[in-house]
Amino acid sequence: MTTKYTEGEPIRDTKAPEGPIEDRWEKRKFGAKLVNPANKRKLNVIVIGTGLAGGSAAATLGELGYNVKSFCYQDSPRRAHSIAAQGGINAAKNYRGDGDSTYRLFYDTVKGGDFRARESNVYRLAQVSVNIIDQAVAQGVPFAREYGGLLDTRSFGGAQVSRTFYARGQTGQQLLLGAYQALERQIAAGTVEMHTRHEMLDLIVSDGRARGVIVRDMVTGEIERHIADAVVLASGGYGNVFFLSTNAKGCNTTAIWRAHRRGAMFANPCYTQIHPTCIPVSGDYQSKLTLMSESLRNDGRVWVPVKAGDDRPVSQIPEDERDYYLERIYPAFGNLVPRDIASRAAKNVCDEGRGVGPGGLGVYLDFADAIRRLGRDAVEKKYGNLFEMYERITGEDPYTQPMRIYPAVHYTMGGLWVDYDLQSTIPGLFVIGEANFSDHGANRLGASALMQGLADGYFVLPTTIGDYLADGPYGEVDEEAVAEAEIAVREKINKLLSNNGDRTADSYHRELGKLMWDYCGMERTEESLRKALERIPELREEFWKNVKVSGEADELNQALERAGRVGDFFDLAELMCIDALHRTESCGGHFRAESQDADGEALRDDENFAYVAAWEYGEQGPVLHKEDLDYEYVKMSQRSYK
Amino acid sequence: MGMNLTLKVWRQKGPEDTGRMVTYRVEDVSPDMSFLEMLDVLNERLILEGDDPVAFDHDCREGICGMCGMVINGVAHGEQVATTTCQLHMRHFEDNAVITIEPWRAAPFPVVKDLVVDRSAFDRIIQAGGFVSVPAGSAPDAHSVPVKKVDADAAFDAATCIGCGACVAACPNGSASLFTAAKITHLSLLPQGQPERDSRAKAMVEQMDAEGFGGCTNTGECTAVCPKGIPLDTIAQMNRDYLKASK
Repeated sequence: MTTKYTEGEPIRDTKAPEGPIEDRWEKRKFGAKLVNPANKRKLNVIVIGTGLAGGSAAATLGELGYNVKSFCYQDSPRRAHSIAAQGGINAAKNYRGDGDSTYRLFYDTVKGGDFRARESNVYRLAQVSVNIIDQAVAQGVPFAREYGGLLDTRSFGGAQVSRTFYARGQTGQQLLLGAYQALERQIAAGTVEMHTRHEMLDLIVSDGRARGVIVRDMVTGEIERHIADAVVLASGGYGNVFFLSTNAKGCNTTAIWRAHRRGAMFANPCYTQIHPTCIPVSGDYQSKLTLMSESLRNDGRVWVPVKAGDDRPVSQIPEDERDYYLERIYPAFGNLVPRDIASRAAKNVCDEGRGVGPGGLGVYLDFADAIRRLGRDAVEKKYGNLFEMYERITGEDPYTQPMRIYPAVHYTMGGLWVDYDLQSTIPGLFVIGEANFSDHGANRLGASALMQGLADGYFVLPTTIGDYLADGPYGEVDEEAVAEAEIAVREKINKLLSNNGDRTADSYHRELGKLMWDYCGMERTEESLRKALERIPELREEFWKNVKVSGEADELNQALERAGRVGDFFDLAELMCIDALHRTESCGGHFRAESQDADGEALRDDENFAYVAAWEYGEQGPVLHKEDLDYEYVKMSQRSYK
Repeated sequence: MGMNLTLKVWRQKGPEDTGRMVTYRVEDVSPDMSFLEMLDVLNERLILEGDDPVAFDHDCREGICGMCGMVINGVAHGEQVATTTCQLHMRHFEDNAVITIEPWRAAPFPVVKDLVVDRSAFDRIIQAGGFVSVPAGSAPDAHSVPVKKVDADAAFDAATCIGCGACVAACPNGSASLFTAAKITHLSLLPQGQPERDSRAKAMVEQMDAEGFGGCTNTGECTAVCPKGIPLDTIAQMNRDYLKASK
């Protein structure tokens, strides 16, 4: 069992320019070397993933004249899971004149991240946020508008200004289609070569630089090598380590985990975000969880029965035997407390045996009062589409009986460590979007994921990668390094196929996910994490000995695809627990039960933990490198919602 | 108490295989399962028995990525209105039902394996002109061009197409008109789409024909199965734009 880690050299240089924060990006852009247009054609870049970050990056790099190869595991780049984002996208446009500014968006994001993000990166994010809206509108993204013809905005959790642009409940879809269309334009122009139904299985590192990838053609099973001058990972987050999450079924950690194994440091793996309003699990067969907009908490009242094990139907539970626990514990904010607090409170009442629905893992979200007060029509106007979605999935009518909700994993703030240029600790390997760790600290604000993905892909990476490519092309690659990576991939596939075990990869994944949810989920303790760290290696060993994968290597084989991904989830799960165990403070989405104030709120320990934990892979256990976080502009403070 | 079902599933090893229907019994199915979860349960069993699981495309499982799609009892995405296969739940089926499951069938969508088909023709239609040419960083301020709310809303309605291909599977002619028209309409309704409006309509329609999709005869099956309810009149918009561009 590895609960042990060693500590290595701290990270001192993040490559952020010096000087006033508002000038840093300008300074970096000016300092970045340029590539002669004629030379761009000779430079090859590989982009893995086609979500908001990868799609916009591949399109923009193609447009600039680089030779781009883009890869996705789906049948079309338009399917990437960015498409499912509902709420909106933040931008410091200040179109409302309500006091918003670049500085305020920067400030809110650092504070929302519970003071665990890097100031210089977040400031740049706020700066380019305004360009994203311009770009998307010019592409024809149909944002919501007002009668005057101008863009509508709304306010979102964690902000007191109205800076969230949206396209009904399908903002992610519309922004992704904008990026996808830009990408298809470049494919037609011949600057981007698209490889759909291809999965990255390893990174090629030659002479210390990232020089390519090993991929599997998911239709023919062929193992292919692709060489380039730089590699960009935009492969998304790792929420599916919990098996059940709001991620798409195919989302996985393999691309970033393989890069980690090859030398890229993994930062803050324990920072995961749990969303309080999801539709609960209905049975063991459940394959994913569906999120419902948080706006429901504006009018719905959350409650559970006062008595544990009370399984009477709602209509037979009198008012005085209902516990509106959020209103009781947090009288000032009531049902509108932040995500992490609402999630933890739901878990606590369920742990007391007061949960409702199958398995006792749910709480009521009741609209009876709202319907009485506002009328059914008004409620329908506001929440009609959400009620319909709920009814479709559960078969229950939320107009006549309360909804049941439960928290679910939906975003991971951790990811591969990157510097100000979005470059990992392997030269030539860049990481963008949810796959990297930057910008959101320990907790992401609503409507900020879309902003970060597009900021990275359209505006930041195309500038910073140019600085690296200006010193290229990087010449021949070391054939031995390529062959070694290719052989390792083939061996792993053969191992999985030749096992004659008696459990499927999904059944192991489900067990790992439950273990992570119970021991490294909403609330973590030293005891629970030690338990997880004892159990994960045992289960992993059993998995590699006993997993059953049918079919062949050289065909479309979905059982094989899944098994390979589960193998990597085991390794990542272990690192997440080590990170969570070492960080004895609570912060943002990481709640250590031992570190809370008298009111049960997360208690940070700035003295000892105001750093990014960047983990280097080591055969003898991980090596921790600390990047200290200095706050020159934002004053650190403790949150309170009582 | 779970439901017991008989599934007749299209199995086809690869594009060259002729394919056939194979019957499976699935027992103790919970009415709360989604259709794809029911297939997951079948596949878990097939893997343990050393058989090839039924291959099917899927990803988000919340009705928005457009990756899933199968013809269920002869209807694309099944009989539930405005529903993707992943959002279809087993409570809509009777106990002891016999359910037939087939892939999208259209010449431009060749079967890859079992229920998986190749829809890359859709990507090529978009490549032909389903975009606005605007290099990153070149855009004017978002408020420099106001757009009427009714136009923005109508553009949004057309833009909600998820590219699943149910419209093609349902059309007796195997036409991709609804898919192509949705994109043409979305961009035609917005000022940003005007400069390339003519060339877009012409190129996209020609690509649609080149891929081998059939013509539209106003049957309306496409819009009836569309999970996002893309309206049929988008096709009229496409035809108008195409005629104007062809003059």
